[in-house]
Amino acid sequence: MKGLLITEKLTKYFGGLKAVDGVNIEVGEGELVGLIGPNGAGKTTLFNLISGFLKPTIGRILFRGQEIQGLPPHRIAALGIGRTFQIPKPFADLSVLDNVLVAYGHPFYHSIKAFNSRYRMPKFVAIVEEILEKTGLLPYANARAGDLPIGLKRQLEIARALALNPSLLLLDEPATGLVYEEMLQLLGLIRSLNAEGITIILVEHNMPFAMKLCERIIVMAHGQVIAEGTPEEVRRNPKVIEAYLGHKDYA
Amino acid sequence: MIEAIFGQYTISVLIFSGIWAVLTLSLNILTGYAGQVSLGHAAFFGIGAYTSALLTTRYGWHFLPAFIGAMLITAVVGGFLGLPSLRVRHDFLVLATMGINFVVVGVFKYTEFFGGSMGIINIRKPVLFGIVLSGEKFLVLVLAYLAFTVWLSYYIARTWAGLAFNAIRADEEAAEAMGVSVPRFKIYAFIISSALAGGAGSLYAHFLGSIFPDHFAFAESIAILSMLVFGGLGTIRGALLGAMVLKALPEYLRIVGDYRYTIYGGILVLMMLFQPMGIIGDGSWLWKKWQEWRKK
Repeated sequence: MKGLLITEKLTKYFGGLKAVDGVNIEVGEGELVGLIGPNGAGKTTLFNLISGFLKPTIGRILFRGQEIQGLPPHRIAALGIGRTFQIPKPFADLSVLDNVLVAYGHPFYHSIKAFNSRYRMPKFVAIVEEILEKTGLLPYANARAGDLPIGLKRQLEIARALALNPSLLLLDEPATGLVYEEMLQLLGLIRSLNAEGITIILVEHNMPFAMKLCERIIVMAHGQVIAEGTPEEVRRNPKVIEAYLGHKDYA
Repeated sequence: MIEAIFGQYTISVLIFSGIWAVLTLSLNILTGYAGQVSLGHAAFFGIGAYTSALLTTRYGWHFLPAFIGAMLITAVVGGFLGLPSLRVRHDFLVLATMGINFVVVGVFKYTEFFGGSMGIINIRKPVLFGIVLSGEKFLVLVLAYLAFTVWLSYYIARTWAGLAFNAIRADEEAAEAMGVSVPRFKIYAFIISSALAGGAGSLYAHFLGSIFPDHFAFAESIAILSMLVFGGLGTIRGALLGAMVLKALPEYLRIVGDYRYTIYGGILVLMMLFQPMGIIGDGSWLWKKWQEWRKK
């Protein structure tokens, strides 16, 4: 299996703090991988490194064999890595439709072409409406994104990332704050996206959710990968039990 | 025609209002669209005015090439002076643009090349196709440039670039994550906004015939911003209304004229407190009422 995403000795210091410390992971094409760990384990920092929001102190990130560490986020997005934010960041005063159009327009933003073409063309809108349909947002297409309830804001995060036509999707705690039914819908959505061939890395605090969804789990603690394997293997791993000891999330 | 009915004075007021409408619309592209608040817009107005004035008086250029030259030079300077926006955001950017305004006026004032505090005088009225443009003919020129600026504002708002500006205004990080090259579009916004303001400066210089550094001082930047905020940040109709009302009114009400900068400042405070979306901006009280009424 050729790795779609590989990190080599990936390390990020914040002053003296090693937020991510020598992380080597490999994610293959088409995988659905869970990334779990206690608070402060470095999961979100790892996402920020992969998506270009942080530059690594040491180490390399390879996407389809190409080094991407240090590239600005918009370049990484255009390469086909979509991400969501743990705290949703909608373009609050734009409509839901326009929010997703922003991402759909990514091929236009690299040149003066951005000034040549109107963005609300029927052919663009039709494709974005398909994405809205898939993520259950179509009835809210004209709503102001800032007015959406939290569940729909999380869906919008995914919808925007999908409009990048990504081959790798980084989901940062997409289930947080969702009610049970919304969570089931999300579960179905993530599975169907993965079935379409999108590789997904999922950061999740909700252990049953991650365990149910992912065939492979990577566990981080104190910036390091401490365990890796199937949900069953990870659950039995003494290191993981130790990392979570006394943590109420561990069931 | 207009001159015969309303007199020379009204023509002048309309010309000033038109020039300030362009200034307000140009600031709207930077601040209303792309969300980069600038308190230094008068600097670009001044750079355009000085460029055009120097090219015509000192180097003997004709008006049209000098006008285009003013836009180009202001665009280049605007692009460079926009660089701080790549490093600082929000209130820090506001302070940086304010500083730029003082530096630019300082250069005009203390450099012999720019005429020092004596400014530049004897700037001739524009001549286009052998016709000297003064009075209402000059007004037509101003209105043509205003029409171009309005058209450009509408045009940009509908393109991918306009959408990218909106995304940056709403959330820079999310915009980056969606593939928008935030630095590139910030500089685009500075370039377009400054170029338009530079053209306005050229018209101003040729209308007045003489320009002085203080015409482009910090207080003028505040005035332009309050016109935009008064009308409605981000909207073309708001920018137009703001410039028309706040530029024309003080001309007619003498008592208001004496306190005009006090009023501009006061308007900024009051609008922020009670109608941050402006008089007829999106989401303002008046605009909501109008839309309800139109639905009926």
